[in-house]
Amino acid sequence: MIGQNLWGSRRLRVAVLGAGHVGPVIARVAVEAGYDVSIAASGDPAKIALIAQLLVPGAEARWAADAVEGADIVFLSIPLHKFAQFDPALVAGRVVVDTMNYWPPVDGVQEMFEDGDESSSEVVQRRLARSIVVKALNHIGYHELDEQRRPAGAPDRRALGVAGDDRDAVAVAAEVIDRIGYDAVQLPSLSAGRLLQPGGPLFGVPLRRNELEEAVAANAA
Amino acid sequence: MTTPTSELEPVPVGQLAPFPLLLGLDTFGDVTHDSDDRPLSQAQTIRNLVEQGVLADQVGVGFFGIGEHHTGDFPLSAGDVVLAAIAARTSRIRLGSAVTVLSSDDPVRVFQRYSTLDAISGGRAEVILGRGSSVDSFPLFGYDLADYDELFEEKANLFAELLKGGPVTWQGKTRSPLYDQDVVPHTELGAFPAWIGVGGNPNSVIRAARYDYSLMLAIIGGNPARFAPFSQLFHRALEALDKPQLPVGVHSPGHVAASDEKAREEFWPRYLEVIRRLGASRGFAVPTPESFAYEVGPKGALYVGAPETVAQKIAANMRILGANRFDLKYGMGGLTHEALMTNIELYGTEVIPRVRQLLAI
Repeated sequence: MIGQNLWGSRRLRVAVLGAGHVGPVIARVAVEAGYDVSIAASGDPAKIALIAQLLVPGAEARWAADAVEGADIVFLSIPLHKFAQFDPALVAGRVVVDTMNYWPPVDGVQEMFEDGDESSSEVVQRRLARSIVVKALNHIGYHELDEQRRPAGAPDRRALGVAGDDRDAVAVAAEVIDRIGYDAVQLPSLSAGRLLQPGGPLFGVPLRRNELEEAVAANAA
Repeated sequence: MTTPTSELEPVPVGQLAPFPLLLGLDTFGDVTHDSDDRPLSQAQTIRNLVEQGVLADQVGVGFFGIGEHHTGDFPLSAGDVVLAAIAARTSRIRLGSAVTVLSSDDPVRVFQRYSTLDAISGGRAEVILGRGSSVDSFPLFGYDLADYDELFEEKANLFAELLKGGPVTWQGKTRSPLYDQDVVPHTELGAFPAWIGVGGNPNSVIRAARYDYSLMLAIIGGNPARFAPFSQLFHRALEALDKPQLPVGVHSPGHVAASDEKAREEFWPRYLEVIRRLGASRGFAVPTPESFAYEVGPKGALYVGAPETVAQKIAANMRILGANRFDLKYGMGGLTHEALMTNIELYGTEVIPRVRQLLAI
């Protein structure tokens, strides 16, 4: 519902939360895909104004609340160890693409993500209870995301997974990924997103659409 | 909030910054193998490293850097001691860390070790501060990785104060305060060069500018040209802070041999093995022959080939990035000491003069 009905009438609005390694790259490829993009960090946009100007020309640095206001889709790209301090109310009612990874050897042990055998995005969804969480863009390197974009139909176009429980939200995220320059392959659930995580069979592996679809089917069986 | 780009002055990236050109070597002290592919002891690897540093000086390499690591693959936990041994046997080459994991160290202690190295070497010490991709020092010294940002921010601030040379007064959350504290030994020639190594986080670029560190771009994968905006960001941040411009350097991995084929044949199996092993804990994707071909090609981050190939690539990327410093991270676990000595010799005698020639045009 969210994106497709609006698509014809105006540009989709994209908010990127996070101005570290990953956020500016997502924001830039989204700008270049034609979206209306805002980028925000945890505080005053003046602090990331230079980053936005030079690394994401065409995007606007804003306060997080202003970036999210009116956004059709929000990319959450903050360090995972900061997630416990992230205010869920900020993204209530939004489609949130969780691009983060839980990686204890790099981020330290985070108790929130240590319980059970859920995917990290299920933990994120439980905490962002009033948002619709989709898992995507976590299994491609941030510099690859920039460099491996290809037009639709290119024989060497890479495929990326989109995992979620809400079909409409998954469709919006898939649409964005396709316009950025990748084939989007939908995984059956947010839980299936564990295939995309560090240690999972699809993490960091460059695959074409049919290869990714086969890998998803094989691992779901 | 943002100013349209058109209102800004153009940044002189694409031309060399007004600093002397310097080409160096970095090593993580990867354990080398003998001709039967058996690993040498860590102790022998370290003794060989001293010989490598001495050779680098003899063949005209400008800098020799050792990256702090704490694992069996890279047993260089006290690189400054190795640098001191090299200092005692050399006269020209600059010596430093690449990188010092400042967050899990005490800035006062780091300053003392490198100002001592500066004394031994007659003013040839440098430090590159950062995280590297190595995180082993955090649990080893009792730090929590989740505190990384706060630790680095505070310690980079304190280290910048220490570099100024006078008595230091400082207060923070990550170590005990200092009141008018004299920290010795004093350096003879003022502050030694200090860099912050940046892997891909633009906030680190701004932090370097804020504390007057030079910027070392660690480019270990993908197209080096994508870092050009980081160089611009550094220049702009310094301008905005009303500070003078500072050097920009590049650190990238590679291997030089007599021919492109030989360099690739020697490097590829070792690279594959090392990245496969590290990737499990650090999330690097396992390289494929295709990804390797891309990385050693003109748009990749690896400098693997004959001297001419490597020199052309270094010169091209230094221009694109506005860098005046390039450090080739040589060595890859399992290569022989002899192959590394050949690499160092070719780098000093052929690559460096050729890069100077290419950039003089």
